[in-house]
Amino acid sequence: MVDTLPRKLIRKLAAICATVLVGGLLTAALVRMSPGFDSDERLLDTRLDSDSLAAVRAEHAANSNVLRFYAQRLAGMLHGDLGQSALLQRPIAELIEERLPVTAELMGVGLVGGWALAFALALPAVLCRGRFASRIAGTFSTAMLCFPTAAVAVLIFTWGGPVRIIVALVLFPRLYDYCRNLLEDAYGRPHIVMARAKGLAPARILLRHVLPVTASQFLALAGVSVSMAFGACIPVETLCDLPGIGQLAWKAAIARDLPVLVCLTMMITVLTLLANGASDGATA
Amino acid sequence: MKRCRTAAWVVLAAVLALSLAAGFFPGGNYATQHRELTNAPPSARFPLGTDDLGRDRMVRLLCATRISLLLAAAAALGALLLAAMVGGAAGYLGGWFDRTTVRAIDLMLSLPWLFLLIAARALLPLNAAPETSLLLTYCLLALLGWAAPARVVRAGVRSLRESDFVLQARALGCPEVRVLIRHILPNLRPVLLAQFWTSIPIFILAEANLGFLGLSASEPFPTWGNLLRELQSPLMLRPEAFAPVVAVMLAVLCFKFISPWGGSQV
Repeated sequence: MVDTLPRKLIRKLAAICATVLVGGLLTAALVRMSPGFDSDERLLDTRLDSDSLAAVRAEHAANSNVLRFYAQRLAGMLHGDLGQSALLQRPIAELIEERLPVTAELMGVGLVGGWALAFALALPAVLCRGRFASRIAGTFSTAMLCFPTAAVAVLIFTWGGPVRIIVALVLFPRLYDYCRNLLEDAYGRPHIVMARAKGLAPARILLRHVLPVTASQFLALAGVSVSMAFGACIPVETLCDLPGIGQLAWKAAIARDLPVLVCLTMMITVLTLLANGASDGATA
Repeated sequence: MKRCRTAAWVVLAAVLALSLAAGFFPGGNYATQHRELTNAPPSARFPLGTDDLGRDRMVRLLCATRISLLLAAAAALGALLLAAMVGGAAGYLGGWFDRTTVRAIDLMLSLPWLFLLIAARALLPLNAAPETSLLLTYCLLALLGWAAPARVVRAGVRSLRESDFVLQARALGCPEVRVLIRHILPNLRPVLLAQFWTSIPIFILAEANLGFLGLSASEPFPTWGNLLRELQSPLMLRPEAFAPVVAVMLAVLCFKFISPWGGSQV
């Protein structure tokens, strides 16, 4: 049977849904099994009367059955209710809505900056192979690759630098090597060598010959870079005190905030899989 | 490139040898506190000065180097073993096991590595004994770092399974286990080695990031991640406080040159 586009799309979406559901269930199960999950410091509060203590215990009992908890959570999500954060005592949807713009801005600037820097350094490095530009670009990229993300964040933050460029600085060396290899491969193709030999303008060669050849790989890399950018946002937001999703994830992890962790895991999985799926779709 | 690789080996061996000699330094062990000399500047006695508890920074850096390098390598080995078992079985057996494994790998790789690490590390006891927290951190790296190598191993096994010499061995009546152990595994050695050398710097950087966020080994155990936390205090931003950054960069750089893929996966 021939796989038509709608059929492929449905299969891809079904795979994404299955992955997200299993990911959420695994997170819920792991959090439930983690040591100290049942403990609650409110139970030690002597001001609480027996009814309040019973309410706290009932709250815990509701979360103790992972499957029941997960089914309730999913039903709530379908109705737009993501639940309540145990740590911040606020609706999770509200927290995400509040923090999403910060992370989106950080990721957006990081992705645009990272790609621009990687491309801007890879292109001269390929065109001037073995020359000064290539060495400088390679050295800069290698040096940045060896820096832990958190160290870059702290140093730029402490020295009063623009924190929005941190994600770009972290992302660019991870993209640079791939960009350079792809461009090197493209510029080595016979028809592009011929175009250069005939004296076509470099911009025309790049736009009309190189980019179409490498577009599919660049799109695939773009999908992966979204996940990389979010990964970089966690230490950046935590250490630079930016109230974004990355900081929320860290706070939820430290405080074992089960509802927030499950929601964020599912949200991030959806985001990453959609980004990868979109790049796959564009490639196809 | 070959010269760079040799130089990387020499530097790495020298750093490891120096870290193993940490006990011979006059500053005592990594936990010894010289309370009369807190935050001391570099001197002949303390080449990198002391921290806010009066502990010799040089000794702590050397101990951290030993711990981080050896345990990152051990974690990489653990992740590789897991990847070889899971990826190898999926590639060789095929069918539903292969499909399930591919889905599991997709799931693992769809989540950002640091988010996964932070979430999983936070589920484990945070106030554990220093030794336990150290082991937990690196075991976690090994347990969560299997997905990317497993994908490569699976692809390698699948291509080998269809190769002529494996078909010939099967046609001659060679048992499946023997085919796997004698014919497929030895041919996977380059892939496994490449994955091993690539995983070490990834784990070093992951531990450094976890340490920065307070989720690595607990005090007084020194790891590169723990030592880097000092940079969070503006008062500590003295040149000697950057020694752990230099150590991490040097190690990752060496592994980048040693790795057959040039460490582009880091």
